[in-house]
Amino acid sequence: MADFVLNTLNGLTAGALYFLVASGFTLIFGLMRVVNLAHGSLYLFGGYLGWSVADATGNWVLGIVAGALGMLVTGVLIQQVLLRPIQGQDLREALVTIGLSIVAADLLLAHYGGVAYQFTTPDAISGGTDLHILGLFYPTFRLFILVFAAALGVLLWLMLNRTRLGIIVRAAIDDRAMVSALGINIQLIFALLFALGAMLAGIAGVVGGSALSLSPGEDGRYLLASLIVVIIGGMGSLEGAAIGALIVGLVEQYALAYASTYAEILIFAIMVVVLAVRPQGLLGRPA
Amino acid sequence: MRRRRLLTSAAAAVLALFLLTFPLYGTDFQVVQIGAQSLLFGVVALSLVFLAGYGGMVSLAQAAIYGLAGYTIGILTVSHDAPGLGIGPFVVTHPYPWWVGVLAALAVSAAIAALFGLIAVRTQGIYFLMITLALGMIVYFFAEENYAILNGHGGIGGERAPTVAGVAFTQPRPFYYLCLAVAAVIYLGLKYIIRSPFGLALQGIRDNPRRMRALGFWVEAHRVAGFTLAGFIAGVGGVLGVWYYQTISPGSIDLTRTINILVIAVIGGMVSFEGAFLGALAFTLVNNFASSYTDRYNTVIGLTFLLIVLFSPNGIVGLVQSVARYGVRGLAREPRADILAQSSSPGGAEPTAALPRKEEVDTTVES
Repeated sequence: MADFVLNTLNGLTAGALYFLVASGFTLIFGLMRVVNLAHGSLYLFGGYLGWSVADATGNWVLGIVAGALGMLVTGVLIQQVLLRPIQGQDLREALVTIGLSIVAADLLLAHYGGVAYQFTTPDAISGGTDLHILGLFYPTFRLFILVFAAALGVLLWLMLNRTRLGIIVRAAIDDRAMVSALGINIQLIFALLFALGAMLAGIAGVVGGSALSLSPGEDGRYLLASLIVVIIGGMGSLEGAAIGALIVGLVEQYALAYASTYAEILIFAIMVVVLAVRPQGLLGRPA
Repeated sequence: MRRRRLLTSAAAAVLALFLLTFPLYGTDFQVVQIGAQSLLFGVVALSLVFLAGYGGMVSLAQAAIYGLAGYTIGILTVSHDAPGLGIGPFVVTHPYPWWVGVLAALAVSAAIAALFGLIAVRTQGIYFLMITLALGMIVYFFAEENYAILNGHGGIGGERAPTVAGVAFTQPRPFYYLCLAVAAVIYLGLKYIIRSPFGLALQGIRDNPRRMRALGFWVEAHRVAGFTLAGFIAGVGGVLGVWYYQTISPGSIDLTRTINILVIAVIGGMVSFEGAFLGALAFTLVNNFASSYTDRYNTVIGLTFLLIVLFSPNGIVGLVQSVARYGVRGLAREPRADILAQSSSPGGAEPTAALPRKEEVDTTVES
C-alpha cells in the first residue's frame, strides 16, 4: 500500500514535469502547426543555462528566471529568423527544427560536456515532507513540481480562455486568415506564442534538471515525452496535454515499479489504442 | 532527347565501371570506411527516399527498424564464445547459421514496419513525422532499458559477416562487393517498383489521396505496403550495418542516428534514388574527414542540413539539376516538385505549395 502511494505520487510528479514540457510544445503546434522538434533542445539548453546562473549566483530562483528568459529570447530568434521565412510549409519547418536540434545537441555537449549536472534547490523546497499517510515522507521538491505545474496550467488556461490574447489565439487556431483580415497583427501573436512555448521548455529544463539531473540525451527523452503526450492527449490541446502527461507519467512509474523494463511497451500500447480509436488524440479535434 | 539518353547511359556505364573496379586501386580504408559505409548508409537512406519521395511519408522510424534487424542477427547468430564485446551474462543468443539470421532479420523488419505502418498511415505530413519519431524513440528507449533480451545499454556484439563458398565477407573487398551488389539490387528493384502499377498508385496517393480514394484505390493498404517495403529495405541495411560494425546497441538507433538517416536523404535530395547514395557519400566523407579537423563535425552536418532544407529543397541532386538547367535553358526553370513544401491539409495536394509564398498567413483552405 505504501509502495502504491509512493508510485502514484511519483507518477503524478513525472506527469507534472511532462506537462510543463509538453504544454509549450502543444501551444506552438496548436496555433502555428509547427512541430518544434527542437523542443527537447530548448529544455536542455534552458536547464544548462539555468544551472550556470544558479551556480554563479547561488540562487536557484534566478536560475529559473535565466532559463525562462534565455529560452524566450532563443524562441523568438528561432521563430523570426528561421521559421518565419518558410511559414506555412509545415514539413520544412519541422525539418529546420530537427537541424537545430542536431546543432544544439553538439554545441551543448561541447560546452557542458557529458557529465550530469545537479542543482541545489532552496531549503524551503528541499528535503522531505511528512505526508501524514502511513507515516510516509516524500521529497518536498517533487511536491513542489506538482503544485508548480498545476499553477502554471491554470495560468495558461486562464490566459487562453479569459484574456483578449487568448481569444485571438483561439480564433487564430480556427482561421488564421480571417483573424489577420480583421486587422490583428498575427505575426506578433505567432512570435509571442512561440516565445511562450520556448519559455515553458526553459522553465521545465530547470525544474526537471533539479528533480533529476541534466545530461546529454535528456533532450531526446523530453522530446519523446512531449510527442507522446500530445499524440495521446490531442495535438494542440492544453487540457489534452494535461491528461496525456498524467497518463504517461503514471503508466511509466507503475510499469517501472511492477514490470520494470517494459514501460516503453506499455506506453506504446496506449499510443496504439488511442490512435486506433481516436486518431486525433483524446481531446484533439479532427485535423 | 536521344542525345541526352545516350549521355545518361554513358555516364551510368562509367560510374558502374568505377564502382566495380574501385577496390582494385583503393586502400582498405577507402574501400571499407568510405565505399562500403556509403553504400550501406545509402541503402538505409533509400528506404526513406522511397517512402518520402514516392509515398509522401517522411518517416523517422527507419533507424529503429534498421536496429531491430541488427538485434535479430545478434540474437540468432552470435555464439556465446564469440570474441565480440558486450555480450552480457543475461542475454541468450543462439548460434544458428547466418542465413537463418538474415531471413529472420528481414522478416522481423518487415513485420515491425507493417505494424508501425498500420499505426501511422492514417496520418500525413508532420503528424506522420511525429508518430514515426515517437515509435522510433520508443524502440530506442526499450533497447536501452531492456536487459532480458537486448542486453540494455551494451547491446549485443560479435556479429560477423559469414563465409560463403570460401569467400569471407568479413574481409574488406568481399564486404565492399557484397554491399555494392545489395545496393544495386535494391536500387534497380525500386526503379522497377515505382513504374509498376503499385508504384504509380503510391505516387498518385502521395499527390492526392482523396482523388485516389475516389478512383477506388485503397489508400491505407497502399501506404502500409509501401511502409512495409521500406522497412524491409531498412532491414537489409540493418543486416549489412551489423556486419560492418560487428555490434548493435541502443547507441546505433538513438535520436542522432535516427536524424542522420533523414540528413542523408535530405542532403542527397529526397526526389531520386541516386540522391540517397550521393547523400550517403557526402555524409560519410564529412564524418570521416571533418572529424580530423574539428570535434564539432555534428555541428557541420547540422548546419549543412539546415542550409539545404532552407535553400535547396532537393538537395545535391536539386543543385546539380538547377545548374544543368541553367546551362541548357538559361533561367527558365520548370517548377519542381518540392516535397518539403507539402502541407498536411487533408485535401492532399495543395495548389499553393509549388508557388513562392508570401510572408503573410497560411492560406490553406480546409476544404
